[in-house]
Amino acid sequence: MRLSDEEKAMRDGRDGPTVAAAMDLLIRYGQALGAQELVPTRNVCGTVTASTPFMRDFAATKGGLDAVFSEFNLDSATVVPLPERVRVFTSHLQLGFDPHHPADMGVSEQIVQFYARSEAMAARMGVQMMNTCTPYQVGNLPARGEHCAWMESSAVIYINSVLGARTNAEGRESTSAAMLTGRIPNWGYHLDAPRRATHGVELTIPVETVEDWGLLGYWMGDWVQDRVPVVWGLGEVPNLPRLKHFGAAASSSGGVEMYHLVGVTPEAATLEMATGGRALGEVRRYGRLEREATFEKINAHGQDRGVDYVMLGCPHYSIEQIWEAAQLLEGRRVHANTALWIWTPRAIKSLADRNGYTRIIEEAGGRIMTDSCSAMSRAVPPGTRVVALDSAKQAHYLPAILGVQAWFGTTEQCIDAACTGRWM
Amino acid sequence: MTAAMAEAPQVIVLRGRMVVPGVAEAQALVTRERISGWGGVDPRTGTVVETRHELRGQSFAGRVLVFPGAKGSSGWSAQFHVARLMGMAPAAWLFNEMTTKIALGAVVSHAPAMTDFDRNPLELIRTGDWVRVDADAGLVTITRRSPT
Repeated sequence: MRLSDEEKAMRDGRDGPTVAAAMDLLIRYGQALGAQELVPTRNVCGTVTASTPFMRDFAATKGGLDAVFSEFNLDSATVVPLPERVRVFTSHLQLGFDPHHPADMGVSEQIVQFYARSEAMAARMGVQMMNTCTPYQVGNLPARGEHCAWMESSAVIYINSVLGARTNAEGRESTSAAMLTGRIPNWGYHLDAPRRATHGVELTIPVETVEDWGLLGYWMGDWVQDRVPVVWGLGEVPNLPRLKHFGAAASSSGGVEMYHLVGVTPEAATLEMATGGRALGEVRRYGRLEREATFEKINAHGQDRGVDYVMLGCPHYSIEQIWEAAQLLEGRRVHANTALWIWTPRAIKSLADRNGYTRIIEEAGGRIMTDSCSAMSRAVPPGTRVVALDSAKQAHYLPAILGVQAWFGTTEQCIDAACTGRWM
Repeated sequence: MTAAMAEAPQVIVLRGRMVVPGVAEAQALVTRERISGWGGVDPRTGTVVETRHELRGQSFAGRVLVFPGAKGSSGWSAQFHVARLMGMAPAAWLFNEMTTKIALGAVVSHAPAMTDFDRNPLELIRTGDWVRVDADAGLVTITRRSPT
């Protein structure tokens, strides 16, 4: 891999052992990829806080938070000091729990205190504590063409496809190295050619609701896996909640990190622009049969109609979705045998508080949670066997992670299930 | 003589590109399905947990994992990073499709890894074969002791 003089200086320790360890990891990682060089970035989204008992024990025996950061963030067995300051703008992703509700999360006060120390450390380093899978909702909206180093698959697919920013699906270690160096391997979706569509989807039915978009995304990801699909035949332009759900579904059933919607997304004004003039490898139609089969597949883990837990907010709810949930709930009561938790970024919860939505949701017996989700935290209300979800991604993961049954449907169906205790 | 020849192990050599340096040998675990990291494996036990995966319940710890590539969430590398610290990482990685997930996961697992082979390892290696991965030399040696 070619390195600039600046990069060589970082590797050789000019900026201290922590930056040198970060550059060493980027070089090993870039060589693994087969990258030719690194690319500068000023926008990183990753995770640096420590929140697991495993990390707490690691800190206790191996050298505190310095050791945790060295191992888990930089893959360095040698303990290097925590960085004083990140080099570029960095946003923190979601956590393994909501630290405001330790009892519900099944975590001890000690773990919350351990997390609080690492949160303070991260904030001192200059990391923005957004604590969400959707930083693009709360102040980190990359520009078209901007080179980024983001992890969180649902956010990666959103900024690549919807915004035209450029990132690969990075990991904890590579984003940490990027925030300390302002570099990431110039490979994959940082380059022009890999962004072009390879597979085509022709819509033969209207795709309109949030549920419709989740089903299309789940079907599409299952088919194309990690290749780049282009979709045409669209009706009404999808908005943020639809695109957020669509991308999250496509990146969990497959590994889609980039897609095009002809006439909607910025690198697909036309089909030819999306493909770069190359012939598509394969084109499939998405119609009624495909939609029904996908619906059945996602609902394969639903059996019992009694619903213990309704989880909304995967990816983290927008303020528009919280408003919708509040309107659906107003004047109703969540069933005594059922819990309703709605997950959103802290910043959006404070807006929901101000707008009165939090009060409406809480008066109905539901709750707004932040920082995490049930898949990340492995936390559900006590005794949960059956969950209801309006997210195809969450329906994909929760049965695997927690062994629960999952029903997938519309937000309205989920709110009805919360209030009646049954999936209709 | 005939009996001895029948018992002679069949040896196949593959050439590929080094992803992570090192040399390791172990029994192969082969799947034609991509592997999801976060939500797809349990790093504490080194097993696949994804509900519809053909390897569900099987352990990759200490095996030469042969698979098409990675899929799913970008928590991929962190899962295999923890698996290494738990002593549950694969002994080596052989895969066909390069992605950032598998590259970073292999790097932080510290296990030798290779890709870009002259022939498809998914067609030549079977679960249970003894496989030596010499990533530094770009060589994979497959030994099948009991033909079935």
